[in-house]
Amino acid sequence: MKAAVSSSGKTLESELDPRFGRASYFLIVDTETFDFEVKPNDQNMNLPQGAGIQAGKIVADCGVEVLITGNCGPKAYNVLDAVGIKVVTGTNGTVREVVEKFKNNALQYSQGPNVEGHWV
Amino acid sequence: MIVTVASGKGGTGKTTVAVNLAVIAPEGSVEVFDCDVEEPNAHLFIKPENIVTKEISTMIPDVDMNLCTLCGECEKICRFSAITMIAKKIMVFPEMCHSCKGCSMVCPAGAIKEGSRVLGSLLTGQSSRGFNLTWGELRVGEAMSPPLIKQVKNKIDKGIGKLFIVDAPPGTSCPAVVTLRDADFALLVAEETPFGLNDLALTVEGLKKLGVPMGIVLNRADMENGIIDDYAVRENIEILQRIPFSREAAKVCAKGHFLVDELPEIKALFQDIYLKIINNLNSIQKSDKGGQ
Amino acid sequence: MKELTVISGKGGTGKTSITASIASLAEKRVVIDADVDAANLFLTLEHKVVETESFEGGHKAEINPDICTCTGCGECFQRCQFDAISLNFTIDHISCEGCGVCAHFCPADAISFERQICGEKFISTTANGPMVHARLGIAEENSGLLVSQLRQRARQMAKEQHIPLIITDGPPGIGCPVIASVSNADALLIVTEPTLSGMHDMQRVMKLGRQMNAAIYLCINKADLNPEASEKIKEFCGSNNIRFAGEIPFDKAVIESMRMGQSLVTYSDGAASHAVKKVWQNVSSFLGETRDRLI
Repeated sequence: MKAAVSSSGKTLESELDPRFGRASYFLIVDTETFDFEVKPNDQNMNLPQGAGIQAGKIVADCGVEVLITGNCGPKAYNVLDAVGIKVVTGTNGTVREVVEKFKNNALQYSQGPNVEGHWV
Repeated sequence: MIVTVASGKGGTGKTTVAVNLAVIAPEGSVEVFDCDVEEPNAHLFIKPENIVTKEISTMIPDVDMNLCTLCGECEKICRFSAITMIAKKIMVFPEMCHSCKGCSMVCPAGAIKEGSRVLGSLLTGQSSRGFNLTWGELRVGEAMSPPLIKQVKNKIDKGIGKLFIVDAPPGTSCPAVVTLRDADFALLVAEETPFGLNDLALTVEGLKKLGVPMGIVLNRADMENGIIDDYAVRENIEILQRIPFSREAAKVCAKGHFLVDELPEIKALFQDIYLKIINNLNSIQKSDKGGQ
Repeated sequence: MKELTVISGKGGTGKTSITASIASLAEKRVVIDADVDAANLFLTLEHKVVETESFEGGHKAEINPDICTCTGCGECFQRCQFDAISLNFTIDHISCEGCGVCAHFCPADAISFERQICGEKFISTTANGPMVHARLGIAEENSGLLVSQLRQRARQMAKEQHIPLIITDGPPGIGCPVIASVSNADALLIVTEPTLSGMHDMQRVMKLGRQMNAAIYLCINKADLNPEASEKIKEFCGSNNIRFAGEIPFDKAVIESMRMGQSLVTYSDGAASHAVKKVWQNVSSFLGETRDRLI
């Protein structure tokens, strides 16, 4: 299965970036082989509004089944929900650690956004 | 003519000045408009009757997926991320929409119809003192107040030749500016504190840009330190009146009563403010005519 | 890390004076002045600006008279929903929403559409932690965006410098910059006053706080000016699940401290100063209990 993880860096050893819309990168990780692909999110860092929506589109286009991140606001959640991507929020650690946790069923899917909408 | 009561800093007494002026003015000569739609207060003092409420909405896109060809043009033109295409679906985020109608204009399939989002309410009622009050109440959770403020201001019928007293929101950004533009005169209610002076100066800067003439009313003016006086002299703005601080006045306002009903010495001050405003407006009218 | 935002609904209830005091009492914190169009906190907290950055807001349309490709066709005039374009083809910046519809449809490519510098952001040092503040240009928009950027910067600094608390001085009202100030705060402190207007506005801002799922604290400023109303507010708190944080008496020391450019608790040891300290004790003990949020 492919999972997207919001990441502060470009490797599996990078810390998870708790922000979704304004995450530095997304790592698209194969949960079996740990092969991964890096998707930069820099065009979103300076968006005045709607970063969560744009980030949702990036992740959706990668064909992942799950997003693992720290915080996910209502608009981003709606986007992900609309395309059937499940969301895990409120976790931390390195990208490798969170994917391991996910594989071991130690993470739970969110039923909704875990933070309020915010401009930035 | 429109007199807008403004301040920059909140809580200096804008609403108090606006409603007491309305009461002191000759019966039938004024109307009051409360443009502080985030936190309207004038109605608490005026206690209007026969209130008519109208819901105010703004246009948002409503996409007919049967007609949509998924070309993505709507997403491209939208500056506010309010409409976006994800995995063969068009999603609309109503609270992000500024109602520019760009999406419906570019849609080649005519798939975008007009939906709506509630901004708040527009209310009108009559005071027992013989004037009308019009005000807006922004829906709690709605971020954009200027469109509702514009609706309140649209109710000003300049043709009827009355004095329109407008209560402005605090600050110097869009809500205050939308309210203050096209005022004939701005009545600035200031307090003699460093915060009061700082925010007054910002408002004056804004009014100069807008080209609105102004005068100052000093509220709670017991401090004798003259920081506003010095400023007014420097900027060449007339101080129309000083309303002294008194616990009695604070109590009357706290209860939602009119100062001019209960405190004769303050009533005299308001009569004087009213006359000075009328004089100012007359000279503005004259110079306007002279210029034509 | 915890985030506390001080709001009031009504302006002039004493938000900034109380925030300045709390910011002086907290051992280590980042403090934000989110009242970006009428910022006052810097007047009452001794500080030194160490970083200045310009604030880019939204886009604005401009018909450039020098390029002169404008043919006067009127397309932009007809399409603008905000009456921002006059018949002599100048664009009124105050009315312009920055939607770009005019530039998109202009057949002569005569309209430029660029992001605008709308203000300045500052980082300052103060006695017990950084202060993040800003100045929004007169009549500029995007105050909500600016507030969000200030909070983002504050969180970053709190994380880097291991500061456990962010205190935000919110703007009056309930609109865009207020929503940006309260979203995702752990707790709100509503500063109200015992007047009809104060009570009315407090209820609206409280409703907003509820929508944002924050814990809500309330204190009454100048409580002794109207003891009856103060009692009513206390009852209201009791029946609406709002934590009552205390009442502060009217005290001339508040304005005197402002004149001296100091926070109340630094300047005075009088009745109001004591009352504010008590409010802070109540709020800070709660903040210590709430679960840590991820930033």
